[in-house]
Amino acid sequence: MKTAAELNMIARDIRIDALRGIHAAGSGHPGGSFSVTDILTALYFGVMNVDPADPCMEGRDRLVLSKGHAAPALYATLAHRGFFDPEEMLSLRHMGSFLQGHPDMHKCPGVEISTGSLGQGFSAAVGMAIADKLDKKDRRTFVVTGDGELQEGIIWEAALQAAKYGLDNLIAVVDWNNLQIDGVVDTVKKVAPVDAKFAAFGWEVFNVDGHDMQALLDTFEKALKVSGKPVCIVAKTVKGKGVSFMENQAGWHGKAPNDEQLAQALKELGGEM
Amino acid sequence: MADVKKTATREAYGKFLVEYGAEREDLIVMSADLSGSNKTDGFEKAYPERFIECGISEQDMMAEAAGIALSGHVVAASSFAMFAAGRAYEIVRNSIAHTKANVKVCATHGGITVGEDGATHQTFEDIALMRVLPDMKVIVPADAVSTKILMKQEFDTDGPAYFRLGRSGVPEIYIEGSDAASQLKVGKAYEIMEGNDVAIIANGIMVAAAMEAAMELRERGVKARVIDMHTVKPIDEDAIIRAAEECGHIVTAEEHSVIGGLGSAVAEVTAQKCPCRITMVGQHDCFGESGKPAELLKKYGMTAEDIVKAALQ
Ligand SMILES: Cc1ncc(C[n+]2csc(CCOP(=O)(O)OP(=O)(O)O)c2C)c(N)n1
Ligand SMILES: [Mg+2]
Repeated sequence: MKTAAELNMIARDIRIDALRGIHAAGSGHPGGSFSVTDILTALYFGVMNVDPADPCMEGRDRLVLSKGHAAPALYATLAHRGFFDPEEMLSLRHMGSFLQGHPDMHKCPGVEISTGSLGQGFSAAVGMAIADKLDKKDRRTFVVTGDGELQEGIIWEAALQAAKYGLDNLIAVVDWNNLQIDGVVDTVKKVAPVDAKFAAFGWEVFNVDGHDMQALLDTFEKALKVSGKPVCIVAKTVKGKGVSFMENQAGWHGKAPNDEQLAQALKELGGEM
Repeated sequence: MADVKKTATREAYGKFLVEYGAEREDLIVMSADLSGSNKTDGFEKAYPERFIECGISEQDMMAEAAGIALSGHVVAASSFAMFAAGRAYEIVRNSIAHTKANVKVCATHGGITVGEDGATHQTFEDIALMRVLPDMKVIVPADAVSTKILMKQEFDTDGPAYFRLGRSGVPEIYIEGSDAASQLKVGKAYEIMEGNDVAIIANGIMVAAAMEAAMELRERGVKARVIDMHTVKPIDEDAIIRAAEECGHIVTAEEHSVIGGLGSAVAEVTAQKCPCRITMVGQHDCFGESGKPAELLKKYGMTAEDIVKAALQ
């Protein structure tokens, strides 16, 4: 088991490769990739039972990136976990690459279901957890959503269903960065308080600092012990985390850095060109 | 056509909204967290009190749009074509088309030229979905000038409509104030180039490709008629019948699935009124992928060259 400090170093490398990919592609979503990086790192390196040598291993835990636009973070995480060579990140979004603009389950090993249309991944994850209950499979389904994404009604329809079936094999993580494309979530269409909403929907809820690796690991540990109901972890995050000029800027939701910005960002992240 | 000025039809839409908003105080514009991409942000700046932000809730937006329209407004509701026509489909059907609400669904980022975002964001089905709805007009403008002209006419008319707009810049085809521009009418095809050897019926970005193809064909001694079928519904049957009778071979060209779109609409007319050979250029029953728009158009067979090949078949 790796320590939180070790995971932080991995997360740093994941951010670097995600950004190199976005830069090479000339498009993509750095903001939401960086807010979710520590969460994905904690999950893939400290929580989930997966095998990069056998992506379809029987009994593996499954993760659905419902906020599919953060694909660069997922790909770089899978790459560093050993699913494929991190250098492949440079093919991101290029014609013929298995690293599509949004995760494609038929192209990229380790991607459980194709996402990109917001809200649907959450429902699909509920479906997966229901299937595992029916099939008496002892494993977990994790689903990661954006906070803006919670404005999709489908999320709340599925949340009711998850509670109805007492899906304690389902853990949802909300990447709570309080930004979406048109601005601040609280202004665009307020979703807060998310914890109280999920609690009212019958979920067990935990709040956590989404960039505190130890706290994330501890929270997942607690979440795995919950029985009888689904768990929602509200992770307070910073959009663009790790790069000063991207942090808390809605403008960096879906924009690639130019050469200069990449150099600056890599310097801040501790990487090299 | 390298040196021609290029503007995306979504840009023209954004400008139209600001102008039209000055003319009509009952115009309401709605966004689902994509105001910058849909180009509705200019209207938001000019008339913040008449701009309704719905957040990432396309279904909610369309039903709200119906409610606002049925209370006496004209509403422009925008998202990506995938979500406006796809995600919100049944709501557009029952709350907008069936109620005949005065909602103009203005969808941007239609087709494969969405590019790098890939398959989940490239829709080839929206025209088919919208076209089967009774009372829904379906308009796919070819350039910026025709976008504004057709929008003005349609927004001046009561009732539901679907506009399909693009992400990428397209060459200027019509010149503002020109004779050609003055002849643009919703529901009426416009013949851009004359010819009787083959008729190319196109819309959206494929009109420019059709013109390029016609030029190439001319060099090979084939005179192609080029028709801008900007309105897929109600479709201009007369223009199709004339093309069938006078040219004997129709090539349809669309940035959309050949199942259910412009090609199908044309075939429905010829099959019933004047059987004619049709060759369809478009997306052939498959999903897209990430790539640059030009690369994708080439791979999936939606270039001028593909139209030339189809015309010579
Ligand atoms: C159904 C749907 N509507 C709209 C979009 C376009 N879109 C992509 S990302 C995004 C904003 C997402 O905000 P949030 O969920 O807060 O994600 P994050 O801040 O983590 O990037 C939108 C509107 C989409 N992908 N899917
Ligand atoms: Mg957010």
